[in-house]
Amino acid sequence: MSLYRDVTNKPWDQVGLPDGIENKPVFAVSNERLALTVFMIIASVIFSLLLVSYYIRMGIGDWVPMSIPTQVWANTTLLILSSVCLQSAVVFSRKQSTISVVSRAGLSFGIGGLLAVAFVFGQYQVWGLLAETGQGVRSNPANSFFYLLTSVHVAHLLGGLWVWSKSAISLIQGSTSEHFRQTINLCAIYWHFLLVVWIGLFFVLANT
Amino acid sequence: MAYVPLADQDDAHALHDPQTFVTKYIWSQDHKVIAIQYGGVAIFVGLIALGLSIIMRLQLGFPDTFSFIDPAFYYQAVTMHGMIMVIYLLTALFLGGFGNYLIPLMCGTRDMVFPFLNMLSFWFYLLSVLVLLASFFIPGGPTGAGWTLYAPQSISMGTPGYEGGILFMLISLGIFIVAFTMGGLNYVTTILQARTRGLTLMRLPLSIWGIFTATVLGLFAFPALLVSAIMLGFDLILGTSFFMPAMMELGEQSSYDGGSPILFQHLFWFFGHPEVYIVALPAFGLVSDVISTHARKNIFGYRMMVWAIIAIGGLSFMVWAHHMYVSGMNPYFGFFFATTTLIIAVPTALKVYNWVLTLWQGNIRLNTPMLFAIGFIFTFVHGGLTGLFLGNVIIDIPLADTYFVVAHFHMVMGVSPVLVLFAALYHWYPKVTGRMFNETLGKVHFWCTFLGTYAIYLPMHYLGFLGMPRRYFEMGSTDFVPASAQALNANITLAAIFVAIAQILFFVNVFWSLRNGERASGNPWGATTLEWQTPDTPPKHGNWGEELPSVYRWAYDYSVPGHKQDFIPQNEPGEEYEKTHHTAGGHS
Repeated sequence: MSLYRDVTNKPWDQVGLPDGIENKPVFAVSNERLALTVFMIIASVIFSLLLVSYYIRMGIGDWVPMSIPTQVWANTTLLILSSVCLQSAVVFSRKQSTISVVSRAGLSFGIGGLLAVAFVFGQYQVWGLLAETGQGVRSNPANSFFYLLTSVHVAHLLGGLWVWSKSAISLIQGSTSEHFRQTINLCAIYWHFLLVVWIGLFFVLANT
Repeated sequence: MAYVPLADQDDAHALHDPQTFVTKYIWSQDHKVIAIQYGGVAIFVGLIALGLSIIMRLQLGFPDTFSFIDPAFYYQAVTMHGMIMVIYLLTALFLGGFGNYLIPLMCGTRDMVFPFLNMLSFWFYLLSVLVLLASFFIPGGPTGAGWTLYAPQSISMGTPGYEGGILFMLISLGIFIVAFTMGGLNYVTTILQARTRGLTLMRLPLSIWGIFTATVLGLFAFPALLVSAIMLGFDLILGTSFFMPAMMELGEQSSYDGGSPILFQHLFWFFGHPEVYIVALPAFGLVSDVISTHARKNIFGYRMMVWAIIAIGGLSFMVWAHHMYVSGMNPYFGFFFATTTLIIAVPTALKVYNWVLTLWQGNIRLNTPMLFAIGFIFTFVHGGLTGLFLGNVIIDIPLADTYFVVAHFHMVMGVSPVLVLFAALYHWYPKVTGRMFNETLGKVHFWCTFLGTYAIYLPMHYLGFLGMPRRYFEMGSTDFVPASAQALNANITLAAIFVAIAQILFFVNVFWSLRNGERASGNPWGATTLEWQTPDTPPKHGNWGEELPSVYRWAYDYSVPGHKQDFIPQNEPGEEYEKTHHTAGGHS
């Protein structure tokens, strides 16, 4: 394993270019991909800490498990479809030489993002629905956490949608660069990550 | 043409040098300009924090003398001093300032891999500073909850800044964390992926190892602060009860119920302790390079130093509850955290031994950066040893709320990193500005600062043993603190004012030398690392002229036997050296 070899060798014993004349990244991925991976690890830390807080707060005694509105299931379906669309955009983009807004890759990419927008809107409706039925953010710690976890998740999705919207605009204007294929790829990875996070959060919220 | 990030471009012609003043100095994407922007703002805001500490000291040294210092203002000064120094000065200057300047230069790249994100990072940082400073001008002023912002104190009526200061603080922290994350992603990716040819991980200077590990710590630790800030914000604005227990507020039952203040402390310190090392690890790295260069000797135990940095980084996530012994905890937890705390002393002590052994039989040049670096070894050993006392539950409990703790953490993470900052600022000043600073003025600055800080913090240990409590606006008539303690306090205040004034020497030196300093050669210290081998000093946009450097050796080839100079730059190919090296048995 080259990373292990790198950090265990005796640097004072070697002179010259040990690995040839090419510079050698530690990971064989693009810079953007690595940065995204690191960012997803950071986001995982955030959600893990929130869940730890959730379980600690749950043990204090005033916790009343909340009933999750059915609309959350519909929202979850939207998010799953959104992920599926972005994944198909990745698959289609591999087969197409040019990606335009009306190509299959372009359409899947667009629809995938719009479905995520619909998810955000749906979550917003759920918050209103809960508030109307007397289950507002202050009513119980379980509800407070529902608002907290969903809003932090939505904030992460909005970050992704910002990148998506910039790419979508350049797609409509027909000014996509070589980079575009990678953008689709990275968006899809981020979307899948947020889907997994959401399913985890949903599972915890619905069962405690 | 295929898109190639700036960091990967070998060809200087494709760089598109920024032409206008605005693109060159304001909306700049050049890592060196961003570093100077970061550094300038951090030092500016640090001076405000220095002023606040003088206000605190005036009150403590001469109580009932200054009518403009009331208890609320005192607590606001304490809070803002702590928060600014730890986060907005030290974190920002080490990582945003030195990280930005040194990473691309020491790694032999043209810039960070995401220059736009890097620029954004600075502007978010500036915004966070502006929001923080704005809280001085709103009704009620900034928060006075202490830099730890413990709930329920921080968001209860009666705490200074309850009206808005605390909200500004939380927002500012949130923005800072976003800024740090953008910068941090850049640092990590650049170091891992964009190093120039031949620069293996183990050929990196220790500065880069320190900055890299601290950045990783920051990326993992700041989320804990973000989570606690968001939840505290929910409690404050929306009235949830994450941290807020049922309690009486101004004689009435508050609307909060059931929240856990201890949960806040856990979250805060899960960030707070790694934060100590976010500040310390870059300092360890920078000081290693300064010591090695000015002792004309390879750093002793390079691999140990790297592993120690990583070990300290890993361990720093397992010790946080030693800040919470007085909050009460299961004795087994106390035992666990005391043990991990003491274990962290092992790699740390190893580093100290290695610095000392690097100096041993070195050809030491006692110039200004070296004086600051050696001063750091003293203050760090001092602060580190008192840390060993405080790491034990049974010693911590009586001392936790006394000036002993104030003395300890100021020695270990106040004075020590600041001495390294000065060492580094003087050391890299010729590269950044192209001018030499005034050596005499620098030495006077060192002695005033070094002896002055001892005059401040050494007596504080004693006051702590006397039982003088920290965080008190005034002592009043306490039987266990003798009247003579007041005389000591007055002396400490005078020393603090002296040290603060002495810092003028630094600024005079920096600004005077910019214009009048002797022109610096590209490598005035005879250093081996890449940043000293740039074709231009200060380095131009793109750093390396026509071609990126190749690295043929590690970063510490000083005083190699049989070589005509007492250093060999990292980018010097050397068959001649290789022969000498192997016949002499090497210095492994």
